[in-house]
Amino acid sequence: MTRKSRRLWLVGGCLIGLGTATALTLSAFSSNIVFFMAPSQVHAHPPAADRTIRLGGMVVAGSVRQQKNGDTPVSQFDVTDGQDAVTVHYEGILPDLFREGQSVVAIGSVLADGSFRASEVLAKHDETYMPKEVAEALRRSGKWDPRYGKAPDAASWNSMTKSATSQDKAAPQHGS
Amino acid sequence: MTPELGNFALALACCLAAGQAVLPMVGARRRDPRLMALAPALAIGQLLALLYSFACLIDAAINDDFSVQNVAANSSVAKPLLYKITGVWGNHEGSVLLWALILGLCGGAVALFGRDLPSALRARVIAVLGGVSAGFQLFCLTTSNPFDRVWPAPMEGQGMNPLLQDPGLAFHPPILYTGYVGFAVPFAFAVAALIEGRVDASWGRWVRPWAVAAWCFLTCGIALGSWWSYYVLGWGGYWFWDPVENASLIPWLTGTALVHSAIVVEKREALKIWTVLLAIGTFSFSLSGTFLVRSGILNSVHAFANDPARGIFILGLLGLVIGGSLLLFAIRAPQLTAGGVFAPVSREGLLVLNNILLCSICAVVLTGTMYPPFMSLLFGKTISVGKPFFDATAAPMAIPLMAFMGLGPMMPWKRAQLWPVLRRLWWAGALTVLAFAVAAWQVRDLLPLLAATGAVWVIASSATDIVERIRLFRIPLGASWQRARMLPRAALGAALAHAGVGVSVLGLAAMSQAQHRIVEVHVGQTEMLAGDAWTLTEVRAAPGPNYTALIATIEVRHDGRLVTVLHPAKRTFASQNQTTTEVAIHTNLMSDLYGVLGDRHGIGTQATYVLRLHYNPLAPWMWLGGLIMALGGVLSLSDRRMRVGAPRRAATAGLVATS
Repeated sequence: MTRKSRRLWLVGGCLIGLGTATALTLSAFSSNIVFFMAPSQVHAHPPAADRTIRLGGMVVAGSVRQQKNGDTPVSQFDVTDGQDAVTVHYEGILPDLFREGQSVVAIGSVLADGSFRASEVLAKHDETYMPKEVAEALRRSGKWDPRYGKAPDAASWNSMTKSATSQDKAAPQHGS
Repeated sequence: MTPELGNFALALACCLAAGQAVLPMVGARRRDPRLMALAPALAIGQLLALLYSFACLIDAAINDDFSVQNVAANSSVAKPLLYKITGVWGNHEGSVLLWALILGLCGGAVALFGRDLPSALRARVIAVLGGVSAGFQLFCLTTSNPFDRVWPAPMEGQGMNPLLQDPGLAFHPPILYTGYVGFAVPFAFAVAALIEGRVDASWGRWVRPWAVAAWCFLTCGIALGSWWSYYVLGWGGYWFWDPVENASLIPWLTGTALVHSAIVVEKREALKIWTVLLAIGTFSFSLSGTFLVRSGILNSVHAFANDPARGIFILGLLGLVIGGSLLLFAIRAPQLTAGGVFAPVSREGLLVLNNILLCSICAVVLTGTMYPPFMSLLFGKTISVGKPFFDATAAPMAIPLMAFMGLGPMMPWKRAQLWPVLRRLWWAGALTVLAFAVAAWQVRDLLPLLAATGAVWVIASSATDIVERIRLFRIPLGASWQRARMLPRAALGAALAHAGVGVSVLGLAAMSQAQHRIVEVHVGQTEMLAGDAWTLTEVRAAPGPNYTALIATIEVRHDGRLVTVLHPAKRTFASQNQTTTEVAIHTNLMSDLYGVLGDRHGIGTQATYVLRLHYNPLAPWMWLGGLIMALGGVLSLSDRRMRVGAPRRAATAGLVATS
């Protein structure tokens, strides 16, 4: 075997390795990327039923309910970004740091009836810490700007209905 | 007073490190033996100062000195002594100091064990380590000083995150950090070689033990971390593809490639430039892994409190170390003489293949980890990449890796023929086919099936390698034993490490078949899972040192015979208003019975409890495999040829071998 053909083997091997890696990555990216959505986005553009998303927001205080599906306990709670709320169903044990009125991220998919079935519910290890994506969603919904102090009181998330937000939006227009 | 002494010792260490970075380097350039001889003295001085400083911080934590801000924020009087000590490195400031201390230890180790290195090389290696040390100690002193005082001093500390109060986590960071930081030594060797402009077989021989040692620690650290998340977080999972976990996996992959490519440098004087690049890359990934996580760029559960000044300092430091070494590489690498090109079917050919596959996997994991932050930085889109992505990309590439792993150690150097190697592996092949048949009967998914088959192949072929070497059953047993004792420990270590990979992968494949149920039961109710009857017999409240616990008793019976009694619990920490879940695990090494206690609904005799029950086949094998891999590494470190003390004889032996 000549020096040249040996070198060719080496280059060929590298190309095959990197090529496979690239091909696998691209194909996995097209089907396995999980988008983050806030409840109002879910209502505006409901994702396909087989599409996994991350739903993030605040747990509406007083919305946590327990049901039983046979022997399996199902937790139900509403997640809101202040504009809209989505009901989440979760079979399993809620994490230790799960609290009403605190931020939460649920991973799962939206069912045909508009409710959300979570396969995983994440609450942050640190209670005071708000996931970046949730903070961003809340900022966009106009309910809380992280730059101006702490998040509003947990109880106040309940009263943030659609009508309340539309009034909020209307108010500055009068002024201008 | 003690914290001030600690602060002073840290500042002193920083000055010594700065001297260590400059003086020996100048000495090596001017060929001044006196300046070069300063290197080990400065390295040991720096180490002593760091040890003293670290001891001061531990002292402050043990004595509940809440005037030290770091102690006030992370400790409390009621915390058990063990966690007062280990809590020192459970926070940002303390962990940076630990990081610096381990780097100091590496410098000290090179100073002590590297006596037989050429003096110029040793001076340069220690100088590079000193430079990195100085940078991180400066970071510690200016932006994350663990000795900062707080005024007025609070009466009681804020306490530690209860999740971190666990013996597994107490020892996980030091081991993992030793792995990360250990790769600083191969990095320093690489930079020193680039400055000298010479890489030869003896360089490969010197750098390999350091790389293997760091690799062992990193392997243990990753396994321990995975075990911790399995039994503490209580999700029944062992690996979440969290950015922090990936940050440890990436240097492990390149480090594994480095350990293998250094062999080619040593034996064939080839792949030199590539190995130097791997050494630089592995440490760069370790650095970025530990610190990008801290800077908050990667969104992770592990992120400590963020501070923009720290982020900028860290990014600058990373840029300096990584960019500087890569620049040096770009300037100097073309001057290194390229090694020979070799046949694809040969030991070195397969080692190259190993490097290609490991680096491809590494590239995939890196892409998956870095893509989400880049997307949010550049396009403002919030996306995440989870387990499905990594399963679909990394796993298919690991399977050919395992296939070739079995062949590699049997393949002769230089020029080999495939057929004789395959013929010697016939029974390993037969066993693999048998395993495939058995697994195909049990397992329906393709990926776990292939992984399990590959794992059996790796274990069987590693065993074949040793059996062939000692000619077991072909010559009398006594003679075989004699051969086994004469066998180089490095060969035994390699076979053991390879078998460890097989054991781990078998565990991973079996875990894909794990079963679990979530049930809501009242006391006395029985539920079935995986052929076992699980009965909740009692739930009682019990006080702990700084928490109150709710402890359940679950009896597990198989065909009426009591298998085990599990006591999962839920602890409520009043001082942090937090609860933690204490998982109960019964293992018999072939499977784990894993019980988690959830919420209580209702009160009195009507109360029901949510339980999550898992049956995890072969779960302990995942971490056992990691331990076996590390043991293999230690075994090959004990090889006489690997010992740094024997390079002169080794160098001449190397000459004989190559001529």
